[in-house]
Amino acid sequence: MSSLLDAYAGVAGPDVIRHLRQLAAPLAGARVVHVNSTRVGGGVAEILTDLVPLKRELGMDARWEVIGGGADFYQCTKGFHNALQGNRVELSAALLRAYEETNAHNAEELRAVLADADFVFVHDPQPAALLRHIPARRGKWVWRCHIDLSHPYRPVWKYLRGYVSGYDASIFSLADFAQPLPHPVYLIPPSINPLTEKNMELEPVEIDAVRATYHLDPARPLVLQVSRFDRFKDPVGVIRAYRLAKAFIPGLQLVLAGGGATDDPEGDAVLAEVRLAAQDDPDVHVLLLPADAHRTINALQRAADFVLQKSLREGFGLTVTEAMWKGKPVIGGDTGGIRLQVVNHHTGYLVSTPEGAALRIRYLLQRRERLQEMGRKAREFVRENFLLTRQLREHLTLMVGLTHGMQDRIDLG
Amino acid sequence: MNKDPRQLLTFAVKDCALAAIAVGRRAQNLRELRDHLTDIHPGCIYYHFWGGLLRPHFDDPEYNNDFASWARHALHDAPLAERLGVIDPADFPVMEALRQELIEIIEERLDEGDYQTWARPDQQFHFVRAQTISFDTGRRLTRPAELAAVVPTLSLGSIFYHFVDARRRGPQGVDDFRTWLALFGDRYDELRARLAEIDPYFIGIATLRRQLAQLFQEHLDSGGTA
Repeated sequence: MSSLLDAYAGVAGPDVIRHLRQLAAPLAGARVVHVNSTRVGGGVAEILTDLVPLKRELGMDARWEVIGGGADFYQCTKGFHNALQGNRVELSAALLRAYEETNAHNAEELRAVLADADFVFVHDPQPAALLRHIPARRGKWVWRCHIDLSHPYRPVWKYLRGYVSGYDASIFSLADFAQPLPHPVYLIPPSINPLTEKNMELEPVEIDAVRATYHLDPARPLVLQVSRFDRFKDPVGVIRAYRLAKAFIPGLQLVLAGGGATDDPEGDAVLAEVRLAAQDDPDVHVLLLPADAHRTINALQRAADFVLQKSLREGFGLTVTEAMWKGKPVIGGDTGGIRLQVVNHHTGYLVSTPEGAALRIRYLLQRRERLQEMGRKAREFVRENFLLTRQLREHLTLMVGLTHGMQDRIDLG
Repeated sequence: MNKDPRQLLTFAVKDCALAAIAVGRRAQNLRELRDHLTDIHPGCIYYHFWGGLLRPHFDDPEYNNDFASWARHALHDAPLAERLGVIDPADFPVMEALRQELIEIIEERLDEGDYQTWARPDQQFHFVRAQTISFDTGRRLTRPAELAAVVPTLSLGSIFYHFVDARRRGPQGVDDFRTWLALFGDRYDELRARLAEIDPYFIGIATLRRQLAQLFQEHLDSGGTA
């Protein structure tokens, strides 16, 4: 049976896979544990769904553990998330106690696995306090921050830094996102898996079926934003941009497709705001999709003329990568990891306002040849830079680096 | 290159990967950039000149080093960007000489004006250093003719290691292919001269691999000098 890595060779090239196998050779048998707080929904779960099996295939004993908690825990960690992205969020002592107790409880359940691991990757703030409860650990612990930490609300960051400082290293998606920490801060942008249902090629008939399901007219232009219903994604700003553009392009259709994540208690409130803003416009389609609707999202991205990701703050923006992989230019907010992916005038446009987004919507729908050219460039840009193989390579590099110390050059022979 | 005298004529194909490590220092204006450059880790200067070849970047960037790009897009200082952009790091045998060149250009620019341009808070220059991990692929070449078939199959990391990184490792400042071919006397002088003409700085590594493959096929694949 063909392996996952072999399948990847067909997309990324055999040289890339050979490179991974050789880089992973010194790590054969290493016990690697990834820990986060949700098995489904959100970019972190999607990355781990792919990354962990690939590490296993490269000879590591890799596993993925998920911590669980009650409503207070998730309310607290949602508060962390918002505060770390700059919102002033006051967290009560009771919520912080829920956070600490949940981590202590999960540490007890995972103690044997975590204490024996050679490498533990702890994703985002939710499980960050686990480290403190595993004093007899033998491996290297790495805190993987997927959030833009460039302007955190200081009291909350100060609280979390107390937990994070004890790690052996941390990973941020971009240098701009990082905060000074007393250990090596590695920079690794995330990536997508082109082989999964969300990114694989689809037959036109399947795309047509999704159009029909959601009453989307194939004869009229369609723009799409895929994201959680989260204020940082500015879905209301997207509706405003749509309205400004629709005044010039009456046939324009908009889809706002959002999945729910089990660790996001604010989603319902934002969804209500979005529905209010849509005002029953039949050409604004607000879709609340289940977390496993990957094929549907894939089809919607392929059905769209191009894609919006008008975030006000963004960790990295994997929905941008996904759209670009499907040959769609992206009109993205000039923020975070979107800047790394949307090369202005080449793979899409960076915008700061609904007005800017509306202008680019009108431009791309008028200049179809530019739209096609930018789409081609976008796909190649992703192929070279944002496939999972690249992220995996950088994980392996970090693991080898941590094992051998912090010198500039490590020669494995 | 294999240093064992018994296998002097054997080319050991290696590979490498770069880890990017933020060093926690950042500049918001030109004076701060200059101050950091005086004592920043040399690995940072290496990364901001050469690291772009192995990290996400667009195929045809306007500027080929991060300092020039920042001067243009964050400070909006086009003259400075042009002066920084023309620096070819391959011209500098040691990183300290490259550091001094950078400082000279920046100080010259500071002397020219009494203004101080500030980057937006979200467009600061973040210093990043490279950690290079090299490893043996196990592949061995015993005849230069093999390069024609092997080079197109090498990873981008291998191409970077043997053609770019080699210039920093060896005292001669040349790539590993030329060093190896020189061991065969003057037989490959023309090929070595052609290799010397390839400037890796202005093409991506994938393009570099294609150019090298084409050159080796032209010189070695037709039963000529091989």
